[in-house]
Amino acid sequence: MSENKRVDQPTGTETVGHEWDGIEELDTPMPRWWLWTLYATIIWGIGYVILYPAIPMLNSASEGLLGWTSRGEYEQAVSARETELEPIRQALVSTDIRKLHGSPELMQQAVEGGRSAFKVHCVQCHGSGAAGSTGYPNLNDDDWLWGGDLEAIEYTLIHGIRNPDHDETRFSQMPAFGRDGILQATEIQDLVSHVRVLAGREKQSAAATRGAALFEANCAVCHAADGTGDRTQGAPNLTDAISLYGLDRASLTDTITNSRYGVMPRWGQRLDAATIRMLAAYVHSLGGGEKLPALQKVADTLNEGDGDEQS
Amino acid sequence: MSSPEEILDPELKLYEARKNVFPKAVNGTFRRLKWAIMAITLAIYYVTPWIRWDRGPYAPDQAVLVDLANRRFYMFGIEIWPHEFYYVAGMLVMAGIGLFLVTSAVGRAWCGYSCPQTVWTDLFQHVERAIDGDRNAQFKLQDAPWGPKKIGKRLAKWSVWLFIAFWTGGAWIMYFADAPTLVVDFWTGQAAFVAYATVGVLTLTTFVFGGFMREQVCIYMCPWPRIQTAMMDEKSLTVTYKDWRGEPRGSVKKAETQPGSFGDCIDCNQCVAVCPTGIDIREGPQIGCITCALCIDACDKVMDQVGRPRGLIDYATLEDAELEKAGKPHNPIMKTLLRPRTILYSSIWGAIGLAMLFAVGNRTRIDISANHDRNPVYVQLADGHVRNSYTVNLRNMENRPREMIIGMSAIEGGVMWSNAGSRKAAGQKLVTTVAPDSIARLRLYVAAPGAGPVREEFALTVTAADDAEAKDVDEVFFERPETGE
Repeated sequence: MSENKRVDQPTGTETVGHEWDGIEELDTPMPRWWLWTLYATIIWGIGYVILYPAIPMLNSASEGLLGWTSRGEYEQAVSARETELEPIRQALVSTDIRKLHGSPELMQQAVEGGRSAFKVHCVQCHGSGAAGSTGYPNLNDDDWLWGGDLEAIEYTLIHGIRNPDHDETRFSQMPAFGRDGILQATEIQDLVSHVRVLAGREKQSAAATRGAALFEANCAVCHAADGTGDRTQGAPNLTDAISLYGLDRASLTDTITNSRYGVMPRWGQRLDAATIRMLAAYVHSLGGGEKLPALQKVADTLNEGDGDEQS
Repeated sequence: MSSPEEILDPELKLYEARKNVFPKAVNGTFRRLKWAIMAITLAIYYVTPWIRWDRGPYAPDQAVLVDLANRRFYMFGIEIWPHEFYYVAGMLVMAGIGLFLVTSAVGRAWCGYSCPQTVWTDLFQHVERAIDGDRNAQFKLQDAPWGPKKIGKRLAKWSVWLFIAFWTGGAWIMYFADAPTLVVDFWTGQAAFVAYATVGVLTLTTFVFGGFMREQVCIYMCPWPRIQTAMMDEKSLTVTYKDWRGEPRGSVKKAETQPGSFGDCIDCNQCVAVCPTGIDIREGPQIGCITCALCIDACDKVMDQVGRPRGLIDYATLEDAELEKAGKPHNPIMKTLLRPRTILYSSIWGAIGLAMLFAVGNRTRIDISANHDRNPVYVQLADGHVRNSYTVNLRNMENRPREMIIGMSAIEGGVMWSNAGSRKAAGQKLVTTVAPDSIARLRLYVAAPGAGPVREEFALTVTAADDAEAKDVDEVFFERPETGE
């Protein structure tokens, strides 16, 4: 089509020779400064190739004079952030955990630090929302096996649950009543009925009455005569609405027959003290955290006063 | 632009150097108008950040402040939060439609008078004329070999340009921080790096764009001339050379010897000499014409001198030009300005403006936004109740601390408490104080008996303790497990 080139009269510029429905394009020269910007980008590009990783080799790219790597940049950013956070970690470790509530800002920082540490170390069993699943406690609720105040949570985190190689670990073991031949299968069914009555899942029955006697003889020593459990040995409260392994007949039969043996690692040997304290603060903040026993007494008296005002 | 020889045998070039433009000084109506507009626009630009506006002890007292660090935008009595950015979007839409309106009525008036590129280029050209002399002296100096005189003049010119460019960038940053504080911080090296970087970049761009790029910014870089070309019609005012009156061109002497065979244009080239973009308006409307009308001033002066009527180059619409060519009178000016298109643009512009004013006037400065926490969706409690949790943001957009009451619409047996309280002290309402001009975030727990619908809608409300009219509502829901077991 280049034979159609012609000079456009008003502008004195040659056309490129194309024509679409009578519309032609002028071959206007580029401004020279535009060319300079092109040269500038070329020079910049050469500089970049020399200074930064750019040329693909057999195993990796050329290294570049500056020695820059994206991994290095990431590590630098992480360590810079860690240096920044060091004072908070120091303050956390040096503060008595029983007095942590006295400094709300530090508490908030601990909760936020715990939130991210939880996502790395705890979500595998407890879930990303800390809601747990069968056999893995929900940390959001107000039911605690071993205690739900800051100090108790931290102790559980440091020493773990049922670590046989560790003396201070939280430890208890429920007998396998069926498997070890302590109770007969029918007796176990009677016990199941009684536990379901305790939990409010079943109406009183003859089986449950028989179960109550069995409970008194075999279970009350740990779970207490009224079934409310004992936190010092991690014996669950059987009367509340929450259960770790299920309150249906099949699950309860399995629990009583074969027992349960939930294990949690002792994080004291894996994580530093500041991170553990952050995790304790985070778990405590999820909605079910309990006040330290001493504080609880004060709070109760105060709340009674509040209750009068509101009613 | 091009001589006849070039047209017959154009030189084939891939790249073309910029043709030097040394516009000649000119005086006249439009030049005075340009002076006035330059003075007003520059004054607005430099003075605005220094205007004070009392907002009480909790807010800055700068009338116009774009507080990026704290995400607040202050403009006299109006304060805009980031979530209200649609007001800024509305203003940009108004600016756009305003440009449409101006363009369809009076052509490229924005380009010719108030565009910063035009204003600063104009300023730089005045500096250039003050140091180098007028057009002819500038040509001479350009061609002169480099010597002490030329170097001295160039250094002087560039220094003044740099000075202006620096103050251009220097004034810009004042809009983003408290101006008096920033000035002190800037000169004592205390200001943020971004302040110095911004001044540096703006100094450089002003220096290059105003001193060297000039009309090339309009011709090659700016999209607006291209858009305007599509926006103008035969009723838009534009600078018109009345070729039917001016052609054929001939000097005064030639016209005397051959009366009747020449038009009014005496080919003195004054219109070309004064043009800041270096075009010849006699070639007709073109992309390079920013309609600054300086050629009108120059031509009128020449017409006065040779005793011919003014207005050989004049503001005219294409329609009027056709009428005048045919010897008929122009359309009445009101009929040209008031036509469906301009009326439509004006009404859209006005409607958006009024709607925004109304919206600004009716804003509540209190706000609640609640998000149901979805992991976990609900938590079963030991006593058989179910707990849901919500992340609640309370916005206090007033410049004073405010006590706020959070309330909830009824859920059977439902109570709420926040992370600061406890379930034992839960109730149907919560009182909290929110700091001035800030957001309070709290985690809200709602517990209700486990028996009930799987999903229950309810509302969280916030009311200011000192003003029952100031309130806001957010609809949320309460979830329960699907089965009891």
